[in-house]
Amino acid sequence: MRIRAQIGKVLNLDKCIGCHTCSVTCKNVWTSRDGVEYAWFNNVETKPGIGYPDDWENQARWNGGWERTKSGKLKLKVGGKLKVLAKIFANPDLPEIDDYYEPFTFDYETLQNAPERQAMPTARPRSLISGERMEKIEKGPNWEEIMGGEFAKRSADYNFEGVQKEIYGEFENSFMMYLPRLCEHCLNPSCVAACPSGAIYKREEDGIVLIDQEKCRGWRMCVSGCPYKKIYYNWNTGKSEKCTFCYPRIEAGQPTVCSETCVGRIRYLGVMLYDADRIEEAASTEDAQDLYEEQLSVFLDPNDPEIIAEARKQGIPDAWLEAAKKSPVYKMAMDWKVAFPLHPEYRTLPMVWYVPPLSPIQSAAEAGKIGMDGAMPDVRSLRIPLRYLANLLTAGKEEPVALALERMLAMRGYMRCKTVEGYTDEKIAGTVGLTSQQIEDMYQLMAIANYEDRFVIPTTHREEVEDAYELRGSCGFSFGNGCSGGTSDANLFGTPKRKKIKTPTEFLS
Amino acid sequence: MADFLNTFFFGIYPYICLTVLALGSIIRYDREPYSWRSGSSQLLRRKQLMAGSILFHAGVLIVFFGHLVGLLTPIQLFDLIGISHGAKQMMAIIVGGVAGAFALIGASLLLHRRLFDPRIRRTSSFGDIGILFLLWLQLIIGLGTIAVSMGHLDGGEMVKFMYWAQGIFTFDLTAASYVADAHPVFKLHLFLGLTIFLLFPFTRLVHMLSAPVRYIWRGGYQIVRSKHPAE
Repeated sequence: MRIRAQIGKVLNLDKCIGCHTCSVTCKNVWTSRDGVEYAWFNNVETKPGIGYPDDWENQARWNGGWERTKSGKLKLKVGGKLKVLAKIFANPDLPEIDDYYEPFTFDYETLQNAPERQAMPTARPRSLISGERMEKIEKGPNWEEIMGGEFAKRSADYNFEGVQKEIYGEFENSFMMYLPRLCEHCLNPSCVAACPSGAIYKREEDGIVLIDQEKCRGWRMCVSGCPYKKIYYNWNTGKSEKCTFCYPRIEAGQPTVCSETCVGRIRYLGVMLYDADRIEEAASTEDAQDLYEEQLSVFLDPNDPEIIAEARKQGIPDAWLEAAKKSPVYKMAMDWKVAFPLHPEYRTLPMVWYVPPLSPIQSAAEAGKIGMDGAMPDVRSLRIPLRYLANLLTAGKEEPVALALERMLAMRGYMRCKTVEGYTDEKIAGTVGLTSQQIEDMYQLMAIANYEDRFVIPTTHREEVEDAYELRGSCGFSFGNGCSGGTSDANLFGTPKRKKIKTPTEFLS
Repeated sequence: MADFLNTFFFGIYPYICLTVLALGSIIRYDREPYSWRSGSSQLLRRKQLMAGSILFHAGVLIVFFGHLVGLLTPIQLFDLIGISHGAKQMMAIIVGGVAGAFALIGASLLLHRRLFDPRIRRTSSFGDIGILFLLWLQLIIGLGTIAVSMGHLDGGEMVKFMYWAQGIFTFDLTAASYVADAHPVFKLHLFLGLTIFLLFPFTRLVHMLSAPVRYIWRGGYQIVRSKHPAE
C-alpha cells in the first residue's frame, strides 16, 4: 500500500446559480494574457449543450482519455506511444481555435474618435488573433448560456445517450443545469501519459497536476489526451497551460480562487487519502459502470487507526491526517455518497466531484397522480432525467445517482419537519439509509456551508525542502530569466517581449 | 581573391557556424528554457498544415539523415561493401530527389499558409517566416543540384563533398580546396546550409534537439514528482 494525499474538490451543482464568478476571477488571475485569451481554466457550461470546446464529451471525435484493451490493459485512446509520436507533426485529434472560439475585442476607441455624423458610432468586433475585422461573432466563451441556441444543436449533447431526447426539446419539458468545469487533477491523468516530453507531472504531496513550462515543447498531445479538454495550447508562447489548482494558494492553506470567490458557496476542498498501488487496477475495471465504485475503493478511511499509522510511517504529515478526518470531500463522496466523479468512463479517476442537482417535480407528480413514493417524490419524476445525470456522473448507472438525490430530498424533508413543523422525523433519515445525525451534518455542510467547513486545507510543508534564506530577495514566480529583463530591446531567442521595468533614476533622467 | 573567398566560406565559415550552433543551443537551453519549443500553429489554422507539415517533416527527416550518412560515412566503407561511387550517387539522387520533392511541396504549403493566412501571418515572428523561407529556398537549390549532378554520374563530384565534410570534422586545414572547383549551385547549397546551422539556435529549429524519442521507452505512463528531490 502506497498512501498518498490529494486535495480533492466537490462542486454542489444543486446550489450553482451560474453566475460565472469562478470563471471570471480565474480568468483575471491566470489567463488574461496573450495566447490564452480563448482559454478558460474554469468555465461554466449550461447543460444540455455541446459545451466548450465543441462536443468535448464526444471521445469518438476527440479521442481523449483511456480505453481498455481486450487483454484488460489500459491504453490511451489517442493511441500507443508510437502512434502518439506519429501524430506529432500534425495532430488529427487537436481542436482548432474555432472549436473553442476566436477571441475578440471591440473597437472601443471609435466611440471617442469618431467624427460628428448622423449615425451613432459603434464599437465593432475585431479578432484578437489576426487583428482583422470580424463581421459576425460566431461563437463566444459561453455560447449556449441558459439554453442559448436551438435545441437541435444543443441536443447533440453526449449525455442524452439512452434518453428519449426529443420530448425535452418541447418547451414544457425543457430542463437545464449548470456545470462548472476545471481540470480534474486525475489520479490516472491521461494528459501526463500522452506528453512525449514528460513535462506534465502529478505532485506527490497534494496531487496537483502541473505542466513544467520549461520542459514543455509544445507537441500538443496533452490537449488531445485530456478527455475534459482542460489543457490549452498557448499560441503565443508555444507551450500548453492548464489549471494549476492555484497551487501557491493551496500550499499556503488557502482555497483556490474559483472556490474562494464562489458566490453560491458550492465548492468544497479537502484531503483525500488514497492507495496509489490500486490506481491501475481500479482504472482498468472491465465494466465502465463499475468505475465509480472502483474509484471509491481506492480511497482510504482517514479514521482507521491502521491507515493512520501506515500513512504516518510513509511520511504524510500529521496536519494532513487531521485534515483528512474533517475533509468535506470525504464526507460527501464516501460517507454520504452524494458526490460523483465527472465521466468516470474516461478511466482517468478524476478528483473534482459533483453533487447532482435536484430539479422541480414534474407537474403531474405534484398533483399526486404519479411517482409519489411515500412522503418523498420519486426522483425519477424530477425534471432533469435521471439517466442524463447518470450519463454525466456514473457512466450511465442510475442507482447511485438516484440514492444521492433521495438523500438530498430527505435532507430537505427532515429539515422542513424540524424547522417548520417543529419535530424531528427519524423515519425520513432511515428510509435513505442515514441517521438523523448524518442528516444534520449534511445540512450543516451542504446547506449552511460555512467557510471553515468547506475548505479544510492543511499547508504544504515547503520549509522541509526549501531554504527560505536562499529564497529571500529572489525572483518570485517567473519563467527562466524572467527577473533579468535584459538591457537591449532585441530578443535573441524569440521569447515573447517582456515589459521593461524602469528604475526610478532611469525614469527621472 | 577567389581563393580567399573559397577558404573563408568552406574552410572557416563552417567552424563559425558549428560553434554558434553548439554554444548558442547550449546557452538557450540553459538560460531560456521557456523559449525552447516547436512553435506549432496548428491550433490557429488546421488547413494546409496537416498535409504540409507531414510532407515537410517526413521529407526533411529523410533528406537530413541522408546527408548525414552520405557525407560523413568514409568512402572506403562504401568501397568495402562494394557500392560503386556512381551507384551511391544514383541512390542519393533518387532518395534525395523524392524526399526533397515531398519536403518542397510541404514547405511550399507551409510557407504559403504562413504568408497569406492572416492569423498565421500576424502571429509569426520575423524569425519564423525567415527560417521557413530559407529552408524552402534550400530545398529548391538542393533539388537544383540534381540537374547538375545528372551531367556527371560517376560520383566523382560527390566524393569531393564527402572529403570536404569529413575534412571539416577532422580539422583538415585543406578541406576547402576539395570543393574549390565545384559548380556554383553546390557552393550556394553548402553556404545556405551552413547559414541555417548558424541561425539554428535563434529560431524554432531548436525543437529538433528535443525530438521526444525517449517517450518510447519511458517507464510506464505516469510521472509523479516528489517535493523532496531525489538525493
